[in-house]
Amino acid sequence: MAILLFADHDNDVLFDQTARAMTAALQIGGEIDVLIVGKNAQGAAQAASHLTGVRKVLLAEGDALEHRLAEASAALLVSLAPHYATLVAPATTSGKNIFPRVAAFLDVMQVSEIVEVVAPDTFKRPIYAGNAIQTVQVTDAKIIVTVRTANFTPTAQDGHAPVESIAISDTPPLSTFVENRFASSDRPELSSARLVISGGRALGSEENFRRLILPVADKLGAAVGASRAAVDAGYAPNDWQVGQTGKIVAPDLYLACGISGAIQHLAGMKDSKVIVAINKDADAPIFQVADYGVVGDIFDMLPELESKL
Amino acid sequence: MKILVAIKRVVDHNVKIRVKSDGSGVDNSNAKMSMNPFDEIALEEAIRLKEAGKADEVVAVTVGGLAAQDVLRTALAMGADRAILIKADTIPEPLSVAKLLAAIARSETPDLMLFGKQAIDDDCNQTGQMTSALLGWSQATFVSHIVLDGDRARATREVDGGLQVIEVTLPSIMTVDLRLNEPRYASLPNIMKAKKKPLEEMNSADLGIDIAPRLRVIATEEPSGRKSGITLSGMSELIDKLKVEAGVL
Ligand SMILES: Cc1cc2nc3c(=O)[nH]c(=O)nc-3n(C[C@H](O)[C@H](O)[C@H](O)COP(=O)(O)OP(=O)(O)OC[C@H]3O[C@@H](n4cnc5c(N)ncnc54)[C@H](O)[C@@H]3O)c2cc1C
Repeated sequence: MAILLFADHDNDVLFDQTARAMTAALQIGGEIDVLIVGKNAQGAAQAASHLTGVRKVLLAEGDALEHRLAEASAALLVSLAPHYATLVAPATTSGKNIFPRVAAFLDVMQVSEIVEVVAPDTFKRPIYAGNAIQTVQVTDAKIIVTVRTANFTPTAQDGHAPVESIAISDTPPLSTFVENRFASSDRPELSSARLVISGGRALGSEENFRRLILPVADKLGAAVGASRAAVDAGYAPNDWQVGQTGKIVAPDLYLACGISGAIQHLAGMKDSKVIVAINKDADAPIFQVADYGVVGDIFDMLPELESKL
Repeated sequence: MKILVAIKRVVDHNVKIRVKSDGSGVDNSNAKMSMNPFDEIALEEAIRLKEAGKADEVVAVTVGGLAAQDVLRTALAMGADRAILIKADTIPEPLSVAKLLAAIARSETPDLMLFGKQAIDDDCNQTGQMTSALLGWSQATFVSHIVLDGDRARATREVDGGLQVIEVTLPSIMTVDLRLNEPRYASLPNIMKAKKKPLEEMNSADLGIDIAPRLRVIATEEPSGRKSGITLSGMSELIDKLKVEAGVL
């Protein structure tokens, strides 16, 4: 039976995580429809129609759906669920917000953040900050999974599926959108960037973070990440946090600067292809996962790196 | 205003867990256990709302074995007024926990229910959202700021793009993120006082809810490890390695 993939996007742009979750859906196997929930979301719907392997794109638009708030989005997904055996979403903050709500309405136990499809009903997922990997089989009548997108490559984009608008019912909202406080940036998006440079507590201030990390990021064309300590201290915004409870990344290059390598941080980056650590403490745990380590002071090393790149 | 806070007892975040060699699970028989760090933040927020005169009663509830009494005592020592232990032999899956908590919510009728955004053992990130669905309440996940205002509340959420502010109608369920507050430590006098605070126990079976697992755990294994690499002399060598050996620049 068919699969419904809940897309993440901002109405204009389809996020790369959707193309990655699509790869997981293709591995599960079956006819795949993509659901775009939003308002004035033609842009995202068109992009979804190009994902290779999509049967059709369902476009649900309305005021209450513009920001994909949980209650309205979940109600819509529940109404579509009878037509599908499997519901898939990328484990973005949207997917994580909405999907458990859908699962509970359908009396299904969700499988969170799968990293591998073993069989259409059997998946691998990390537990304990990635210190163990569990293989679980679903025994419910329906399968509901969120996908850890760093573990799947984006699917190709040479399809042309039809886009079909679907009617939505208007129910009084339990919650309303007030505002998004998003900083716009020309840098690549952290979750899908090919190169990431991250800074930790060692930076000491927001000013130092900007002065030392950002120029290297710009030279490399890299996305910027941070440890929890750096975010908590206000050196970097919350959406830069990498780790068990932040973003999970697996870039070609992860450059950790003044980060000790706590398990919660490693949980978010240890699947990176190449890890580089710069730390003045030769015994810092980050060196145990680093392919290349440099023992030294970031206040000397980063300006040097920037000038030599 | 009554606030119900859901709490889970988990392996302490400083413990490096061991996967059993036969693949049957994780060995945490002797591991130090504590309150899930996110639940501590949820509880702290509830207590602060009470101290600010915005809430009258804070009730902590957990699902677990008898041993879970210890995290409830901690909750009482931090400042919860009373606690409820729903006894279960093994900790059920989030869907079942949500059903049990929804049953408690129906009898306790809180105005606000706070959860940690995820438990650091199973990393599921589900229970709050599921409980909200079962009750038909509003939800705000990953919350880093809460303002109560009559029968509504304003929540600031940590989302992928930055921060999102939403307004919810009460009763509501919120799951909290790291930066909402810094939880207090319970003082010794409060730990002593907590011993006299009410801790009610009930059996999950008495709530008439089927808590049989829906997921079959087939195996639990170690992640494929990374080995540590080489130490380089400085930035010139690093750039050279990244270009030539690793080919990532
Ligand atoms: C429930 C929970 C969830 C968590 N989730 C996350 C998460 O998602 N992500 C995350 O990152 N953390 C998370 N943490 C926190 C984690 O445990 C660590 O506290 C945090 O990662 C430490 O950040 P840090 O490495 O920047 O700081 P520290 O551990 O303080 O390390 C700083 C490092 O910088 C080095 N250093 C200092 N000065 C210099 C210098 N001048 N030059 C070079 N090196 C220098 C030091 O040697 C040290 O190794 C979580 C913790 C808990 C309890």
